[in-house]
Amino acid sequence: MDKFRMIFQFLQSNQESFMNGICGIMALASAQMYSAFDFNCPCLPHYNLAYGLGILLVPPFILFLLGFVLNNNVSMLAEEWRRPQGQRGKDPAVLRYMFCSMAQRAMIAPVVWVSVTLLDGKCITCAFCTSVPVETLGNASHPGLSQGEMKRVLARIPCKEIYDGQEFIANEVAIRYLRCISQALGWCFVLLMTTLAFLVRSLRPCFTQAAFLKSRYWSHYIDIERKLFDETCAEHARSFAKVCIQQFFEGMSTDLAAARCHPPMKAPADVGEDAEKLLGITDQGSMNVALKSWHRCKPPLHLHPPTLPSGNGWAGEKQSPTHLPVPRREMAAYYSRV
Amino acid sequence: MDRFRMIFQYFQSNSESVMNGICGLLALASVKMYTCFDFSCPCLPRYNMAYGLGIMFVPPIALFLCGLILNRQSLVMLEEWQRPQGHRKKDLAVIRYMCSSIMQRAMVAPVVWIIVTLLDGKCLICAFSGSVDPEKFVAFANTSPVQVQHLLAKVPCKDDELMRNNTSRKAVSRYLRCWSQALGWSILLILIIAAFLARWLRPCFNQATLLQTRHWSNYIDIEQKIFEETCCEHSRLFAHKCILHFFESMRQEIKRHSFSLPRKGEEAEGEEDLLRGITDQDQVNKILKMWYYEKPPL
Repeated sequence: MDKFRMIFQFLQSNQESFMNGICGIMALASAQMYSAFDFNCPCLPHYNLAYGLGILLVPPFILFLLGFVLNNNVSMLAEEWRRPQGQRGKDPAVLRYMFCSMAQRAMIAPVVWVSVTLLDGKCITCAFCTSVPVETLGNASHPGLSQGEMKRVLARIPCKEIYDGQEFIANEVAIRYLRCISQALGWCFVLLMTTLAFLVRSLRPCFTQAAFLKSRYWSHYIDIERKLFDETCAEHARSFAKVCIQQFFEGMSTDLAAARCHPPMKAPADVGEDAEKLLGITDQGSMNVALKSWHRCKPPLHLHPPTLPSGNGWAGEKQSPTHLPVPRREMAAYYSRV
Repeated sequence: MDRFRMIFQYFQSNSESVMNGICGLLALASVKMYTCFDFSCPCLPRYNMAYGLGIMFVPPIALFLCGLILNRQSLVMLEEWQRPQGHRKKDLAVIRYMCSSIMQRAMVAPVVWIIVTLLDGKCLICAFSGSVDPEKFVAFANTSPVQVQHLLAKVPCKDDELMRNNTSRKAVSRYLRCWSQALGWSILLILIIAAFLARWLRPCFNQATLLQTRHWSNYIDIEQKIFEETCCEHSRLFAHKCILHFFESMRQEIKRHSFSLPRKGEEAEGEEDLLRGITDQDQVNKILKMWYYEKPPL
């Protein structure tokens, strides 16, 4: 457990490392998904191609979109792209950098899926079994079969149990041939992708290093600024809520006191902390009224500046701040509240 | 747990160790990939050679490129190579040292793949089954050349109907596997001897220069890392100041528009600070709107 926590902390400490971690997890998930998936070739002439190519190309597209969805920075990119210019100019190089780095990470899981699919061979075998060269691999001179019939027979190659064309072309020969082609394609694809990644990574320092450092700094800055702003807003909301609720309870307590037509008890000078926290509500009836009022009529989102009671019991809204010799809990009987 | 943490910290502390770690992982991944890969020889005359040699040489190229991509030092080396001279001279010996150490590490995974392939034998059997001398094997000795090529191509496929009962199939297979394993072990021996000699004889030549180049290559690496960390720290402080300044200017604007004197009761001071003068739903909405529509200048 500790081990995972440490690895998690290491990945979290650096935002880019965290994204790399997610990217690696998606690649592993993609390989696992393929092995868990139960491939079932339909073994019918026109359906084979659609099914085989569909399994080869549709899940990578979904994984690519998922890569974008799981990336926290997508909303940051969209926000930065759409915001009005205001007092701060927009730098398209920063937007391009953010988009490129997200797209590169999102490409990894689809590439893993396509490679694993091609190296396994079932998709290509299913999709292209009707195009096997029967003349070179088998015995095409067998008479009496139209094109359509031949295609129907060849379409059953992936389904060994129902294959009935042994005299044209042996099932194992055809499957080996198709699988060999599929694996060759797979390795070529892997080589191509690694070469592209290598070129992208190694040509960058040769051309645009200064611009790259700038874009990277400002894209990190935008991310950090957004997080700090959210933290500041959360702090503010917390204080706002605290003061709002405190004012609500004070209001309730004075309202109840006014309703009972007797002045509130003057708290003794050495009042304990717990008694203070009771906020003037000290019996079941008052608490029920307070709870009902909280549900029926929440206070407006408008905090009053703290009012200061004066000696004669009158405290007005616009009063210059004075020193505060008496503790706040000692309330005056009448005061006006706007 | 402590032991794991110590190992992790040791690897992290030294960039070279991290590179060695990645190199080891890639070598293990290469072995795992080979065992997971379902080798299936096409057993057709011209395709065998292409497939067999392809499987032996194409994945190592991909692994070599992966080794270069995953190595952070390759980027550092390229930057050092391409940078304008400026006030700091460039030392080609340092760049050469970094290049050679990167290449050595990147070569480990491909070499592991090739050796595992040769020791296993399937690739060579597939690629060269059509090239053996048919006269040496009884079942293939008296058949026509075209037929013999066809049969030899099917040797790697044990379950093929023509090969199932063929006595010489196993002989050809064993013969080729023997050659393959001999080649594999020889390559391994040569490489280990070469590594051993390189390590032992290096101190005899230019030890002082080597120490210098190693020091300065480490230095460049560390300097790059510290620069990135400082930039991150700086952008954090910059953002903090920017946001505080934004809230402060908002507070001034609100004070100007609402004509109410600021109140500071002693108890309320702590909360007031956090509230920053914003005490109203409309004020909060205004701040959030301003943040979106008019971000403060940098």
